[in-house]
Amino acid sequence: MSQGAGTTRRLWKFHGGVHPPLHKDISTTLPVRAARLPDRLVLPLHQHIGEPAEPIVGKGEKILKGQMLARPQGYVSAPVHAPTSGTVTDIGNHPVPHPSGLSAPCLVIEPDGEERWIDHQAVEDYTALPPSELRNLIREAGIVGLGGAGFPAYIKYNPGHQKVIQTLILNGVECEPYITCDDMLMREAPQDILGGLRVIQHALQARECLIAIEDNKPQAIASLQQATAGCDDIEVVPVPTVYPQGSEKQLIKVLTGKEVPADGLALNIGVVCANVGTAAAVHRAINRGEPLISRYVTITGGAVAAPRNLDVLLGTPMNALIGECDGDPARIARLIMGGPMMGFALHRHDLPVIKTTNCILAATASDLPPPRPELPCIRCGACADACPVNLLPQQLYWYSKHRNLDRAQEYDLFDCIECGCCSYVCPSHIPLVQYFRYAKGDIWTQEREKEKSDIARRRHEFRQFRIEREKAERKARRARKKADGAQSERERKKAEIQAAIARTQARRQAAMKEAEKRRKAHGRGRQKAMDESPRAPDNAPEKEPRK
Amino acid sequence: MLPAIIVLSVLAIIFGLLLGFAAIRFKVEGDPLVDKIDAQLPQTQCGQCSYPGCRPYAEAIAKGEADINQCPPGGETTIMALADLLDRDPKPLNPENGVIKEKTVAVIDETRCIGCTLCIQACPVDAILGAAKHMHTVIASECTGCDLCVEPCPVDCIDMVPVGQDILTWKWPYPDNPLEKAS
Repeated sequence: MSQGAGTTRRLWKFHGGVHPPLHKDISTTLPVRAARLPDRLVLPLHQHIGEPAEPIVGKGEKILKGQMLARPQGYVSAPVHAPTSGTVTDIGNHPVPHPSGLSAPCLVIEPDGEERWIDHQAVEDYTALPPSELRNLIREAGIVGLGGAGFPAYIKYNPGHQKVIQTLILNGVECEPYITCDDMLMREAPQDILGGLRVIQHALQARECLIAIEDNKPQAIASLQQATAGCDDIEVVPVPTVYPQGSEKQLIKVLTGKEVPADGLALNIGVVCANVGTAAAVHRAINRGEPLISRYVTITGGAVAAPRNLDVLLGTPMNALIGECDGDPARIARLIMGGPMMGFALHRHDLPVIKTTNCILAATASDLPPPRPELPCIRCGACADACPVNLLPQQLYWYSKHRNLDRAQEYDLFDCIECGCCSYVCPSHIPLVQYFRYAKGDIWTQEREKEKSDIARRRHEFRQFRIEREKAERKARRARKKADGAQSERERKKAEIQAAIARTQARRQAAMKEAEKRRKAHGRGRQKAMDESPRAPDNAPEKEPRK
Repeated sequence: MLPAIIVLSVLAIIFGLLLGFAAIRFKVEGDPLVDKIDAQLPQTQCGQCSYPGCRPYAEAIAKGEADINQCPPGGETTIMALADLLDRDPKPLNPENGVIKEKTVAVIDETRCIGCTLCIQACPVDAILGAAKHMHTVIASECTGCDLCVEPCPVDCIDMVPVGQDILTWKWPYPDNPLEKAS
C-alpha cells in the first residue's frame, strides 16, 4: 500500500471547511534560534488536559535543568520539569495564559545562567523495551500533545485492547493562519521528527506511518521526503490546503476515508494521530533523555517587526519574546495565543509560554478588526455548508442562545470542534462558537453541580439514618436499663432480707455464746445465769428448724 | 349467547388475574415523582423553602402543597427544571423564601472556635469535623453553603465566604450583544 515517497495516494474530502488568508510567509523567512534566557520563568502546574501536577520542590530550593519539579497527579496528568538551572523563588498563584485571565498555581524560577543539566541518559535501545515501559518514559518526560490541545501523549500511545494499530499519522498539517512552528520544525529538524516517529511506532506496533503536510509547505514536504527516503513503511502525504484539516478527525477522514465515531476515539478505528512537534519531543526524551522543557513558538502579527520562530524555554514571558522580535507593545490591539481561528485573547502581555503555546499573535487593529456587532440570523445556511463536522450550527445557535441546553445536546453540540468556520462565514457576524462554548460550559457546570448535589443528598440521607439509628439505640439502651434496673431492685431487696436474717442470726448466736460463756464462767451460779437469760437456750433450737 | 358470556367471563378472569399478579410483582416502591423532583433540587438542605430539607419540599411539591418557586439556592435553573418536569409555567422566585445569592462556603475561624459542637449538630450534610472542646473545621468540598451552622455558633466564628472561581471551574460567558442590549 505504501511504497515510500513519491507515489500518489488516494485522498478523501471532509465536509465544509474554509480558506482564510494564511499570513504564514511572514514568519518563515528567518531561521529558528533559541530565545534569550529571561530573568524569571513562571511554570504553571496545569499546562495540559487533566489533573494539575503537584510540586515536589520547595521554595528556595536549588534546581538543575531537566529536574522534575512537579509530579503528575492521577492518570490523565503530566509532570513539569525545570527548563534551566537556578532557584525556585516562589510557589503560588500567578496569572496564566487562559481565556479567563485568572491566576493559577505556578512555580517561579530564577535562572542562574549556568544551564547545568541534571544527570540524564538516553535509552540505549528502545526497541528492546516493552511498549508499556516506553510509554512510562514518555509520561515521565512530561510530553503532552504540542499541536495545541495538550493531552498527555503517553495515553494516546496505548493501544489498549485495540490490538492492531493500522496507521500512525504524524500531523504536520498546521492549517491555522499565521502559525508556522511545525513548518519550521519540519524544515529544520526532520531527523528529530523521524526519530520520534519510530519510537511511537514501536510503542504502538503500528503497521504504516503517514506524515501529512499541507501542500502550501513545499520545503517541509521536501525536507521530510528526503529524511524518510528509503523507509518503506513511512509515507509523506501532501494534502490540499483547507482549514481545519489539522483537526484529528478531519485529517483521518482525508487520509483513510474512515470516520471516527462521534463518541469514539481515533483508536477505535485503528488510527493514532500525533503532532510532529510531539514526535520531536518524544525523540528528545527517549534518544537523548531530555524531558519537555522547550518548544518552537511562532511570534508573529503586525505589531512585530521581525516575525519568526523561536525555540523557547517553557515559562518564558511572552513580552520578552515579542521584544526579541522587535515588537511594539503599543501597537498590539489584541494579543492572541494560538491562531486567529481557534486561539484566545490574552488579558496581559507578561504571561508565560506553556506547553500548548504554539503561536503568539501580536495583532494590530488592521490584522484582526474588532468583532462587528451581531445581527439577526437570516437562516442562510452558510454555517452548515462550512461545518467540517456536518452539524447544523444555526440550530445549535438557536438553542444555545435561548439556553435550551437539552435540545442543543440533541443536535450534537459536543461534536463541535470549535474550529470557527461557522463564525468565519456568517454574514450576520454572529459569534457562533462563543455561543457553543458558553453552552458547553453551562452543561459541564450543571453536571458538576448535579454530582455535588448527589453527594450532598447521600450525606444528608446518611446523617438522617444515623440520627434515627442513634435514637433507636438510645431507646433500646434505656429500655434495657429499665429492665435491668427492675431486676436488680428485686435482688437488692432479697439480699437485704438475707443480710437482715444473717445479722439477727449472728446476733442470736453471739448472744448464745455469751450465755454459754457466762454459764461456764458462773458455773456455780447456774441457776442465776438461767435466770438472767431465760429464753436463750430454748430459743435457738426453736428457731433452727424454721430456717 | 351463553357461550359468548362464558368466553368473555373466562377472559375477564384471566386478565383480572394477570393484572392482579402484575400489580404485586411489579409494584413500584416509593413515589417516583418525589424522587424526580428531589433530583432537581440542589440538596443544600437549607430549609429556606420552609420545609425541613430538600426531600420534604419535594414531597410537598408532589402533593401540590408547595409551589415550585421556593428554592433560592437552586435559583432559576431549578425553577425551570421543575416547570419542565411538572409541566407548569415557570415563575420568578418567591421573595418570601429569600433571594438568589452567590454560592458560598462556610469557613470557621479556628482561633475563635471554642469546640462547642453546636455547628456540627446543625450541619445537614456532616461537613463539619471536630469534637467537644477541640477545634472544628469545615470540609469545604462537602459544604453546601446552607448557612445553618452560622446561627447556632455562640462565638460567631463562622463566616460564609463566596466560592471563588479558578481556571478549572471557569466557563465561557454568554456572548454579549450590544445591539440586542440597545433595543
